[in-house]
Amino acid sequence: MSRDTIPGRNIALGTTLALVSLAVIAPLAAVVLSLNGITPEHLARAIASPDAIAAFRLTFVASLVAALIDLVLGSFVAWILVRYQFPGRPVLDALVDVPLAIPTAVTGITLATIYGGHGFLGAWLEPHGIQVAYTQIGVALALVFVGFPFVVRTVQPVLAEIPKDLEEAASSFGAGQTLTLRRVIFPLVFPAMLTGFALSLARALGEYGSVVFIAGNLPGKTEIAPLLIITRLEEYDYQGASAVATVLLIASFGMLLAINALQRRFSLARKMAT
Amino acid sequence: MSALRALAGALALAISVAPISALAEGTTLLNVSYDPTREFYSAYNSLFKEYWKKKTGVDVSINQSHGGSGAQARAVIEGLDADVVTLALAYDIDAIAQKSKLLSPDWAKRLPDESTPYTSTIVFLVRKGNPKHIKDWNDLVKPGVAVITPNPKTSGGARWNFLAAYNYGLRANHGDDGKARAYVTALFKNVPVLDSGARGATTSFTERGLGDVLLAWENEAFYAQREKPGAFDVIAPRTSILAEPPVAWIDVNVQKHDTAKLAKAYLEYLYAPEAQKLACKFGYRPRLTKILGSCGSHFAQMDLSTIRNFGGWDAAQKRFFGDGGVFDQIYQR
Repeated sequence: MSRDTIPGRNIALGTTLALVSLAVIAPLAAVVLSLNGITPEHLARAIASPDAIAAFRLTFVASLVAALIDLVLGSFVAWILVRYQFPGRPVLDALVDVPLAIPTAVTGITLATIYGGHGFLGAWLEPHGIQVAYTQIGVALALVFVGFPFVVRTVQPVLAEIPKDLEEAASSFGAGQTLTLRRVIFPLVFPAMLTGFALSLARALGEYGSVVFIAGNLPGKTEIAPLLIITRLEEYDYQGASAVATVLLIASFGMLLAINALQRRFSLARKMAT
Repeated sequence: MSALRALAGALALAISVAPISALAEGTTLLNVSYDPTREFYSAYNSLFKEYWKKKTGVDVSINQSHGGSGAQARAVIEGLDADVVTLALAYDIDAIAQKSKLLSPDWAKRLPDESTPYTSTIVFLVRKGNPKHIKDWNDLVKPGVAVITPNPKTSGGARWNFLAAYNYGLRANHGDDGKARAYVTALFKNVPVLDSGARGATTSFTERGLGDVLLAWENEAFYAQREKPGAFDVIAPRTSILAEPPVAWIDVNVQKHDTAKLAKAYLEYLYAPEAQKLACKFGYRPRLTKILGSCGSHFAQMDLSTIRNFGGWDAAQKRFFGDGGVFDQIYQR
């Protein structure tokens, strides 16, 4: 066994575990524990009623779609930011983080204003039969907006680290641009892309503030699962709220575990190959 | 030398006063209220402070907290140290009494008019000139009319809206529940968006130009008119519901803070003529009808039902807004 060269392992580990327990594990455990004593009928009503199922479906599908769009869009933006010098690049670079900084309610209201029937995009889209605000498309749009920085910020540093001579080597061996991109660059950034995807997906699953302003919130149609939690709380139905929260929690945790496992397998396979 | 003596004197005074002031009554109140009352209570707090100073010589300070009525009630249940609550509906104060035992379940009997010092009602806010000719409730179910109202499951104000609509459905159909249901179902077919709170719905209508008519608290409707002069008309339907926002002091908390007397006086003074006039100015209907002449010309004569027509909040909540209730059925296909 190799000894750590930097001392303080026990202190660091102890502090970290204590903080993680207090800040993350304790609240999560409280959510699950507050389910204690819920009757099966109550549980079924809370998470398996037609409205609840519709809300879960909307939340998961819209989050997945949004995270996929973020993956493509974010990777492109990261590529542009790393590879090209152009006027205004620092501004674009800073703009990427803005969705994380502004209050989510502002995001929601702004999107609803722009894409609503009187907004400058909505007024142009709606005559063409495309309604964005107050539809499921609006939900996904809000989620794309809030999740997009995660992909850019995870992919960007990895792209920047790829040495130029790797591409030159590939091209000197006769690889074309597409092949270089596919076989050399993509495998290097893929784990980062997965991480970004997972982060934006996680953010989307729990997002409430921006979505409720553009969703329309019609039960069974445009009502998201986090809104269902608020609805249950308004009825002083704490157990029902916990039940919905627990489903979201388990599903998100499962998805994140799966993505992390995929990422580990991919990194491992790549290490073995080199 | 004299400075030293003064210091010693001050010290002695401080020591002799300290135990007394620890026993003396608290002079700070926390009023936990709902969203649209922010402006009214800021003004009322100044009025009360002046009155209390004149009456007792004591300076008091009053803090306000605002949010959705249900969320505020939950905060009190979970330990927000409110001395008094001034919420949108009695159901929320009942919930505090039931879930936290912080105040007695018969709190409503402690002050006049079931502890509701001012009232409001539900009216229509329409675009200037009323382009869709909306005059009464039956106009809301016409094709092509978009109605904005928040979700009654998450908004106290929306519950009053819903009951006002249902009340019309009953009145128009000689008390036939099936037809009243059909009416509210048709009404919600014309609702394109359900905001989660009353202020959110007002914003959807006034700022984002959504819908032809907003179902709103009368005081919110006046507020929107003041904020954007010339943009909206307020339409008073012939029938509506008497919305009675209640107030109560929280027994356990006022004992802990030693503010029982102050909290009670703070709420009782809401019924005084000066306070009633102030409520009137902010768009609430005063209980004291004799002051209406001086301030209430903007209140239309309407035929108002009350929550008691629906058997009180407990029954209404279960029947209309509970799990599987009338509202849920509207959205079940």
